[in-house]
Amino acid sequence: MKQEFTLSIYSENHVGLLNQVTTVFTRRHINIESLNTSESAIKGIHKYTVVVFATREQVDKLALQIEKKVDVIKVFVFTADEIIHQEIALYKVPTEALLNGNEIERLVRKHGARILEVTTKYTVIEKTGHQYETQELFEKLDHYGVSQFVRSGRVAVTKLDQELLNEHIKKLEDQKTLLD
Amino acid sequence: MSLETLQITFKEDKEMGTDNIQKKRMTGSEAVMQSLIHEGVKMIFGYPGGAIMPIYDALYDYHSQLHHILTRHEQGALHAAQGYARATGDVGVCFVTSGPGATNAITGIADAQIDSTPLVVISGQVASPLLGTDAFQETDVVGISQPITKWNYQVKNVEEIPEAIARAFYIARSGRPGPVLIDITKDAQFAELDFEYKKVEKIRSYIPVTKTDEEKVAEAAQLINLAKKPLVLVGQGVILAEAEKDLMSLLEKTGMPAAWTLLGMSAMPTDHPLNVGMLGMHGNYGPNIKTNDADLIIALGMRFDDRVTGNVQKYATNAKVIHFEIDPAEINKIIYADVPVLGDIKESLPMLVEKVAANKHEAWVEEFRACDRIEDEKIIKNELYPTKEGLTMGEVVRRVTEQFNDEAILVTDVGQHQMMASRYFKFKHSRSVVTSGGLGTMGFGLPAALGAQLGQPDRAVCVFVGDGGFQMTIQELGTIWQTKAPVKIILLNNNFLGMVRQWQEMFFDKRYASTELINPDFQMITRGYGIACEKVEKREDLDGAIKRMAETDGPFLLEVVVEKEGNVLPMVPAGAAVNEIRLE
Ligand SMILES: Cc1ncc(C[n+]2csc(CCOP(=O)(O)OP(=O)(O)O)c2C)c(N)n1
Repeated sequence: MKQEFTLSIYSENHVGLLNQVTTVFTRRHINIESLNTSESAIKGIHKYTVVVFATREQVDKLALQIEKKVDVIKVFVFTADEIIHQEIALYKVPTEALLNGNEIERLVRKHGARILEVTTKYTVIEKTGHQYETQELFEKLDHYGVSQFVRSGRVAVTKLDQELLNEHIKKLEDQKTLLD
Repeated sequence: MSLETLQITFKEDKEMGTDNIQKKRMTGSEAVMQSLIHEGVKMIFGYPGGAIMPIYDALYDYHSQLHHILTRHEQGALHAAQGYARATGDVGVCFVTSGPGATNAITGIADAQIDSTPLVVISGQVASPLLGTDAFQETDVVGISQPITKWNYQVKNVEEIPEAIARAFYIARSGRPGPVLIDITKDAQFAELDFEYKKVEKIRSYIPVTKTDEEKVAEAAQLINLAKKPLVLVGQGVILAEAEKDLMSLLEKTGMPAAWTLLGMSAMPTDHPLNVGMLGMHGNYGPNIKTNDADLIIALGMRFDDRVTGNVQKYATNAKVIHFEIDPAEINKIIYADVPVLGDIKESLPMLVEKVAANKHEAWVEEFRACDRIEDEKIIKNELYPTKEGLTMGEVVRRVTEQFNDEAILVTDVGQHQMMASRYFKFKHSRSVVTSGGLGTMGFGLPAALGAQLGQPDRAVCVFVGDGGFQMTIQELGTIWQTKAPVKIILLNNNFLGMVRQWQEMFFDKRYASTELINPDFQMITRGYGIACEKVEKREDLDGAIKRMAETDGPFLLEVVVEKEGNVLPMVPAGAAVNEIRLE
């Protein structure tokens, strides 16, 4: 059964690594639903957050193939209930629409969004949330003509008490002393 | 990767206390030579061009330490380096220029990746200010080779050269081996640095080998002790780990029969009583059919390629599976492993031997021998001792191996002759097979044989090629001539792209679309290259010609005209189960 998985991929911060990671998905025809790259809490280690729809078997194999890349440190696979995750969306609407009544402002408040910038021509609204939430707001705002809409990739942290990456790095070091 | 981050990671990964080498001022090109020498390189296969000329210029002063073999095509250089690596166990090294030089290297890199062959390929690149401008002979070789290398890296700053090469060798030869490409811009080759070399012995993000879990080995031993019908599958991992003796101990202690994959060939002697032959599409009848009778499969350093498994759903249907493997991504990739044993088989096999009970499986082994008798009757007899007039590939192979006392290194190209050679050549020593398994690269054989011969000058090297594949890298006759490498080339000429013709016959109603070849006079061509040769068309001439070939000191080409429409059998048709193997 296909379901949504979030992969946290930790790697060295090298040029070209994104390509190395994404070709592993492409080769196996697994579509990337969302992708975010950023620094991690550890200096020099980069984090990719990737959302896919796949079977558990597919995603486990995928993770191993990604880990096989020399510059990739570790891949963790999570289901939605194991993480806290958010996406951010921006909406550009004509300012004119705001002036014709207070419906847009009501939507912004009700959806926990905020207004980032207002000019005479356009207004930019920002909302952070899960995909269905940012989507819902888009559909409502679109009645007033959304001229641009963009949603970021998912960012996620785990709900666990222990820190998997730190433990992994520690394990690597322990293993090295074992081998030395 | 920026220089800064590279240096940070290098610094972190570097071992403390390595030998104190005095820093010496030199060019990047000379640093390449020095680095290679530090890694123990003795031979390089390559082809020069504009973007790698500074490196070749430095090589000029190092020719007594670094022997360069000028092939006639970059593909030839790559396959020769592969042959060298496979025959010696060392890393094969190549130099190619940018653009077309680099793209010509791609087939060999892909071949090395899928067959786990350690290579370091150094490609010249246009000067760094020209990168991304579509400069003359600029290709994004790092991008192109990314999915088919174990690691690759572009050096734009001369300071990075020693570190990048040290990493390349460490990655290429550690863990599951593979090809690494280092692309060096021309300005970095010209620039100067204070040279200092430190071998890389670890990389933070890379775990080449996981430590073997003793509990898993114990579980494996328990399954083996309980099994009534265990079958050992021997892959190239056993050879790469140099664990042949441990394999022998395992087999002799437990009495389990063992079959090899195409790349596992020669890991044990052909005539060992527990060797039940070759797996796969054109493997032996017994190991294929008995895979589905076995109650336990013990896979050693093999990856369940589809040419081995046939229909995966109907593979090893009655067996539990134990998988000894160095690469975590291979576990459960194709076949679910009830007991996966990750790690270096050189470490895990002795642990297993210790834990298994002494046993015998005489009746079970006899089942394989019964299959052998069927295969013998239906196929082997006719192939080795044909009553028909036309020469068969099998009989030629068998005469050749006998002439060399079953001690030669077998190199093959790809096609029917490859399968026939694998079926009928015999081995006494390990590391005696160089063939393109995973990629099935026509044109591999001739250059690979050259490399194998240069790596193992004291062993006889016999390469079997078809008339199709021979013409894909025929130019390497020039390199063979120039190096005087005493390769014995056996050209099995059926005037067809035989393997494709066989499939057309069996699965496409004999519609021979574009598979018949009108060939040149191979004798004349070979003589043109100054290489001794003979052509055999009749059975009575075969033995004498093979003998003369063996007695020739230098290279020799023996062309044997074989029957035009011979087929390789048995065969597991694509998509069929291993026990649906066809004898006719
Ligand atoms: C580079 C490449 N192109 C195409 C193929 C497909 N192919 C596999 S076997 C074969 C025929 C080989 O013919 P030949 O070299 O004459 O050997 P034979 O099968 O007759 O022994 C072909 C075309 C291949 N394996 N490699």
